[in-house]
Amino acid sequence: MITVLAVQFTVAAVAPFLFRVWGRNAFYALAVVPAASFAWLLFQHGAVYSGPGEVTEVIPWIPGLKLEFAFRLDPLAWVMSLLVLGVGALVLVYCARYFSKKDQDLGGFGAQLLAFAGAMFGLVVADDLLLLFIFWELTTILSYLLIGFARTRLAARRSALQALMVTTAGGLAMLVGLIMLGHAAGTYRISAILAEAPTLATGPTSEIVAAAVVLILIGAISKSALVPFHFWLPGAMAAPTPVSAYLHAAAMVKAGIYLVARLAPGFSETAYWQAIVLGLGLATMLVGGYRALRQTDIKLILAYGTVSQLGFLTMVVGLGTPEAALAGLAMLLAHGLFKATLFLVVGIIDHQSGTRDVRKLSGVFRSSRALGIVAGIGAASMAGVPLLAGFVAKESVLEAFVHHAAAGDPWGVAVLAGIVLGSILTFAYSARFMWGAFAVKAGVEPTPFKAVKPSFLAAPALLSLLTIVYGVWPAPVDAWVQPYAALFASTAADAGTPGEQAGHLALWHGFTPALGLTALTFALGLAMHFGRTLVERAQSRVPGWIDGDRVYQLSIGALDDAAVWITGRTQRGSLYFYLSVILSMAFVLPLTTMLVAGKPLPTDLFLIDPYSPLQPVVGAAIVIGALAAVKANRRFLAVLMVSVTGYGIALMFALQGAPDLALTQMLVETIILVAFVLAMRSLPAELRDRTGGRYRVVRVIIGAAFGVTMVFAAIYAMGARVAVPVSLEFPTLAYEGGGGLNIVNVTLVDIRAWDTFGEISVLALAATGVASLIFVRGRGDRLGASPAVAEGSVGRQPAVDPGSREAAALAISRKFASSARDAWIVAGRTLAPERRSIIFEVVTRLIFHSLIIFSLYLLLAGHNLPGGGFAGGLTAGIALGIRYLAGGRFELREATPVGAGTLLGIGLATAAASGVVPLLLGGQVFQTAIIEIWLPVFGDIKFVTSTIFDIGVYVVVVGLVLDVLRSLGSEIDEHFEEQAGAPAEELSAEEAAAEEAAAEAVADGVLAGAGTGEGHEPGLSTETTAKGQG
Amino acid sequence: MSVNLTLLIVMGALYACGIYLILERSLTRVLLGLMLLANATNLLILATGGYAGLAPFYSKDTGANEYADPLPQALILTSIVISFAVTAFMLGIIYRTWVLARQDEIQDDIEDLRVAETPRFDAEDDAEIPAETSEFPLTMLGGDGTGISDHADHAESEESVPAGAKNIPAKDAAAEEQPGSQNVTPGPEGGVK
Repeated sequence: MITVLAVQFTVAAVAPFLFRVWGRNAFYALAVVPAASFAWLLFQHGAVYSGPGEVTEVIPWIPGLKLEFAFRLDPLAWVMSLLVLGVGALVLVYCARYFSKKDQDLGGFGAQLLAFAGAMFGLVVADDLLLLFIFWELTTILSYLLIGFARTRLAARRSALQALMVTTAGGLAMLVGLIMLGHAAGTYRISAILAEAPTLATGPTSEIVAAAVVLILIGAISKSALVPFHFWLPGAMAAPTPVSAYLHAAAMVKAGIYLVARLAPGFSETAYWQAIVLGLGLATMLVGGYRALRQTDIKLILAYGTVSQLGFLTMVVGLGTPEAALAGLAMLLAHGLFKATLFLVVGIIDHQSGTRDVRKLSGVFRSSRALGIVAGIGAASMAGVPLLAGFVAKESVLEAFVHHAAAGDPWGVAVLAGIVLGSILTFAYSARFMWGAFAVKAGVEPTPFKAVKPSFLAAPALLSLLTIVYGVWPAPVDAWVQPYAALFASTAADAGTPGEQAGHLALWHGFTPALGLTALTFALGLAMHFGRTLVERAQSRVPGWIDGDRVYQLSIGALDDAAVWITGRTQRGSLYFYLSVILSMAFVLPLTTMLVAGKPLPTDLFLIDPYSPLQPVVGAAIVIGALAAVKANRRFLAVLMVSVTGYGIALMFALQGAPDLALTQMLVETIILVAFVLAMRSLPAELRDRTGGRYRVVRVIIGAAFGVTMVFAAIYAMGARVAVPVSLEFPTLAYEGGGGLNIVNVTLVDIRAWDTFGEISVLALAATGVASLIFVRGRGDRLGASPAVAEGSVGRQPAVDPGSREAAALAISRKFASSARDAWIVAGRTLAPERRSIIFEVVTRLIFHSLIIFSLYLLLAGHNLPGGGFAGGLTAGIALGIRYLAGGRFELREATPVGAGTLLGIGLATAAASGVVPLLLGGQVFQTAIIEIWLPVFGDIKFVTSTIFDIGVYVVVVGLVLDVLRSLGSEIDEHFEEQAGAPAEELSAEEAAAEEAAAEAVADGVLAGAGTGEGHEPGLSTETTAKGQG
Repeated sequence: MSVNLTLLIVMGALYACGIYLILERSLTRVLLGLMLLANATNLLILATGGYAGLAPFYSKDTGANEYADPLPQALILTSIVISFAVTAFMLGIIYRTWVLARQDEIQDDIEDLRVAETPRFDAEDDAEIPAETSEFPLTMLGGDGTGISDHADHAESEESVPAGAKNIPAKDAAAEEQPGSQNVTPGPEGGVK
């Protein structure tokens, strides 16, 4: 079985290629697969019927979930497989002539159809509940794809989605039921569950099992289109007709029937089974038959007819007596044969004439008698005319229900009456179908009808031939079905053999009540057909029949409405709103939990650390800084206040015994302060709080509550700690394994090197992000060398009001402008004189190299003393920052001949290499080696290879700081200068307004010599330049 | 396990201030709030180390529990540098927002508002389609098959459909599915008016 399945799916996977080579004739090749499987199935007949009674194959799949590829071919699966594989092969043959050579996407379609046959076969032979569910959903999805084949047509898309929604919803209910059942039984193997079904259904688990069975039945009735889910099946008629023939007549909709048949031997006695199966089945049979009589599309007549028959089949297979089981499977086969025939005939009519409308079709029988005869056999079998399969099956069904009614149950009589009524409707719509499709109608001109090729007609013809054979000689079918019916047989002594209990399929049982009912059916059915105008008139007088499709549309619409309503209330586009909700949840839930749990506080609390009594003082400073940052309404004041907390925390680290942290925090705070000032230069100094008073109260509440929650969560979490800290091992690990005295540093570069490697990757990403945000394009490595830049041209201030204080200050600073100081700072000469500070330049010159040396010292000493790659890199970054602040962007360029991107790359590569090289040498990733050598002058040297990793960290951090300086410093400088030189329209509104005011002032004549302001500056500029050159 | 209340109280205060700030509309304040939250979290991690101790430099004569716990320190060191990188990135965002929009404030998301006003009518789901009586419409005889419908007419197809607070013609409803709809009026605070 597994081989068969594998072949189906494999060929389906390569099917598109076959279609590319052979075009539509590739359908013949695909048909070979189910046909060969069908042959294989016939060979299994011996094993299934005379040998052990079943064929099983099991491969373990996920033992933890009790999931296995368990397959079992028993008589029920064998009979179902006949239908699935046989009709599958014929439909594929039919497809080869149904589609035109020009049709698009046939490859995908063929693959889906073949895969569907495989999934359906898998469904009927699966012996594991979950495996069955997987195949079940597979058929649902493939059905969605197949119905939506004509994806450019709205009708096809919508019906496909509708079918998917309905069957998937049912499938979900079924999944819950399957899991409940499997859980109650302790196994998911279907055969095992059925074997212990009597104890399950009556024992302590009976409630759960009854509920599980109801859920599973919901899945079955949604799949088999029973009321109230019946509407999707007529909708699915938007599928190509071969698909309708296979999925919606012979195979997929039978999956629900199969499931009912599979469970009936064990569970037909559970609490709600009979009510659901008989009640919904009967309702469906009548609704389907009634609505079939109203249709004007012959395909829809068949579709509603199918709905009706599915209800009928559900009742029969679900009844749970031996004769009903026999009759049910017989009916299942008969229905598969005649309904597939009729759908294929509809396809031919549509294909040859271009319509399926009974009001337009006329005289088709005259055009193609062969087609008419094939259809006639099918329709007659559907109506239950003697000598055909439908008659044989329906006789035994009526027999079963007559006995059921005779048992004395008043409901049994009602059900029998309903079935007879349904059969009358069936006869009537069968007649309506034949009349609608083939009859000559008065007042309608004969439909032009192209001749039907024999290859096109072959599949339905073969099916109708089988219908006759089955009808005339039902013995083989009887033999196939008897073992299944025997499952229901009573074991009481006086009940007789299983065969006697089930009865036999036969053409002639004698004059039985069933035969009488059949005669009644024919008489009333014929009357309804000949009185069809009366029937139509009566039907048109019944308005507002509940329409399942309409209910579906309304419920989907209501769902849409609810979704839009909820979205509108929750997705308000305001970050404040979202954050408030999230943060409120973040404190409400833990706080409630803590209050409800009511645990006492841990005992080991202390307010003042005996080893570090100064902490409260520093803590107070931090809190004051934070509160000031909240209150501050000047941008830089707020930044400074946050820095105060940062430096305070550095102090706190120092007091706690963490010199490395203190050092790093100090350096980072400094660089962040510089970065802030650089980035916020262009933003207004005011920091307005625009949120209103009501919102401010909410913010205070959320903030305070969150803070309190965190304090208590931390107290409880730490109080709950019982294990010995893992870090107690770290000192010896660091010294003996990592070869370093600084435990924190060794932790970073050795014990937790993977962590650190991840972190420096993040640093590189963030640096790239900053550069991308500011430069937009490139990374700023394009900044040219300083000699090409005119002296004193960088950062020149735009025109200042002559006569103002600024102008005077500017004039004085320019007086001292001289390039004689070039020797101090290499690129300092490019900076405009008013931007330069002699003292700063001198200091920079003095400390830059010291800082770089110090940073290298921190890097190399870090293994044993405070420091390390992070601290070293940040120190070097500060050195670069000082250089930039003193000498401007060209100075920074001179200080770092290597681009920031290159630095990041080199750093990452170095760190990665220190991880990979040990691997190549036979060690582990990031393994450390300690090399002790003696060198002249230096003496004994102990080199630890993790230092190389630390060097990588150092270089990455330098690259990050450089990127920040270049982006937030140099590039924004350039933006400023471009803006100052740009015409007024590019300035912002405020600046434009200011200029306008100035222009007015000029016009008013307040400043008579205003015009010289602009002429003045270039003159000075050339003067300075000349001086510099001289 | 000992719990240092001083550290935790300072942490709580920083969390409170940080949360207050990130609920603000000014991007700069949000960034400052995030920095305070990072500092608070560092203190939380620090507090897990218990009592203050000796700086973690290995010495043979010192017992393992006399050091300040080195593991939280390593974590915090990583966190400090990462938060620096994130701060720099946020600064880049703030500058970019300023350059592009002259805004230092978080704006309401117009796209979210538009979604809230989406009409329920969806052409894919709700448009009226004529019943099709053939898969081969090119060869279909006599007319386009309109007017043959198994279903009652869907009444709303000719009328207006509710879209948020107003009604719009059904034929325009499909356009509301596209970006750039004009059917939105952002409120000053907290989304739709």
